[in-house]
Amino acid sequence: MVGSVLLTFFGLLLITFLIGRVVPVDPVLSAVGDRASHDTYEQARRELGLHLPLWEQFVNYVLQVLRGELGKSVLTANTVVDDIKRVFPATLELATTATFFGVALGVPMGVVAAVNQGRWPDQLVRLLGLFGYSMPVFWLGLMGLLLFYGILDIAAAPGRLDFANLDVVETWTGLILLDAALQNEWEIFFDALHHLILPAAVLGYFSLAYISRMTRSFMLEQLRQEYVTTARVKGLSEARVVWRHALGNVMVPLITVIALSYANLLEGSVLTETVFAWPGLGLYLTSSLLAADMNAVLGATLVVGVIFIGINLLSDLLYKLVDPRAK
Amino acid sequence: MTVLRAWLTADTPSSRNHARAIQAYLSWRALASNPLTVIGLLIVVALVIFAILAPWIAPRSPIAQDLTQRFISPGAEYWFGTDEFGRDILSRILYGARVTLYIVVLVAVTAAPVGLLVGTVAGYFGGWADVVLMRVTDIFLAFPRLILALAFVSALGPGIENAVLAIALTAWPPYARIARAETLTIRSSDFIAAVRLQGASGSRIILGHVVPLCSSSMIVRVTLDMAGVILTAAGLGFLGLGAQPPLSEWGAMVSSGRRYLLDFWWVATIPGLAIFVVSLGFNLLGDGLRDVLDPKSS
Repeated sequence: MVGSVLLTFFGLLLITFLIGRVVPVDPVLSAVGDRASHDTYEQARRELGLHLPLWEQFVNYVLQVLRGELGKSVLTANTVVDDIKRVFPATLELATTATFFGVALGVPMGVVAAVNQGRWPDQLVRLLGLFGYSMPVFWLGLMGLLLFYGILDIAAAPGRLDFANLDVVETWTGLILLDAALQNEWEIFFDALHHLILPAAVLGYFSLAYISRMTRSFMLEQLRQEYVTTARVKGLSEARVVWRHALGNVMVPLITVIALSYANLLEGSVLTETVFAWPGLGLYLTSSLLAADMNAVLGATLVVGVIFIGINLLSDLLYKLVDPRAK
Repeated sequence: MTVLRAWLTADTPSSRNHARAIQAYLSWRALASNPLTVIGLLIVVALVIFAILAPWIAPRSPIAQDLTQRFISPGAEYWFGTDEFGRDILSRILYGARVTLYIVVLVAVTAAPVGLLVGTVAGYFGGWADVVLMRVTDIFLAFPRLILALAFVSALGPGIENAVLAIALTAWPPYARIARAETLTIRSSDFIAAVRLQGASGSRIILGHVVPLCSSSMIVRVTLDMAGVILTAAGLGFLGLGAQPPLSEWGAMVSSGRRYLLDFWWVATIPGLAIFVVSLGFNLLGDGLRDVLDPKSS
């Protein structure tokens, strides 16, 4: 398993390297400017290692990444690593809250749907899921803003905090909710929460669609098993049979599903962050894209890929830990 | 009519084509018995018709600007209202159906055969071919799709062709996985052994025997996937990396309407609704097709 993870990581590096090579932007020109003399140009080219054969450039790239260097961002003039460290907590906060929504609502909905298979609660959950699979996330975000911010005026404006509350709490973890709570700034805490709820709910809807669908199908399989009949025959209440016995066994495969949906939220967060002006990894990626800031784009892509692989690995390990049969 | 129906439901087919006709008819009946599938089918058919007939049924030009007619709300004159340049949103939606259909069709005809070929070759030959091909597939699967497409488009430059290429590059791996799994069960069946004993070559067995048997689960998967393709394409368009103006792409329309969201809600809302409806159509149709063609997996 370690070998396959390493190989996937290697493939990831190869893809980002090759993408970086075919870009129409000349990295030398963007470093020295288009009025540089031929000599300066050649010198810069050598300094960047671009005169070397392609495979050697790739080896250098891999070594560089392993040392934790992703180059400099042209847009922010910081190193890409520093930039990503700065923006990542915002995405983490958003995706975690969204997953929390998805699990807290999706699992019970899936259970209720399975228990009432074929009846209206089941159809309702199925419809909600179908809508989730069919709706563009950026559009749902805009509709949420229109309704809750524009018309009802109960949600906060886009962004992580009100303008007046920016830079009040010190950045410790980068998670504003946590930082504010630790520093006893409860006004900031509730302002941050107010800003977080709508984007997290929008994003969470997509993990709800996936989690409820999977919970339903896992539950249907469990409810057919003989131990369920045994539990009923023993005289256990139906609630206990469903929520304790059947759901308990569903929790194991659900771990994988929740991990996968968490990883998928990274993708949804690119568009959600753009809509809600949420200063996270997704917004960083898209604004670098539009500025043709290739170091930043490839760095962010690589980081997302690594997180994706990491989450998958983690869910595999957890699965083995929880389910003795998987050994 | 009754003669035809009797012929189509006969228990004993009289010829190969008769058997095919019976099977097609029975599948159709199963499909048509589910109202949600029929709705999905109608949506997809409507997309195709609107896309083809857009120049004849669109009431106005999708690109002609008329600044005296800006932001007119939906009504009798402009059914879906007008946008910030006074362009008729209904006409832009109808022409946008062409862009969507173009992307969907191109992705389907490029990604599906590539995935099918990779999966069947890996599954049939096994050994090194299997290890290498599936490893490559896994690497592509390890990336979130939209992010990989974004990185590709950033390298290739924005535009509808590059968007199609980027989406197709990210769409084939799941097909390869499915085709490989199917091939593994088909490979060990007796009739393949018989064909092999008759001296058929590997390529002949794959193309003539394995690929046709994989096709029904492939059709289901491709149909279900088209919803995701539409959403990815719309996402690229929303970020300004998809089809470029003056083409009217739905995602880009939402993006430009976004600036006026709170004052003129329809400019962003209606194109997004179009994306939603078409993508829902493919999902409903795909679900229905799966129940009919591939009952095991539902």
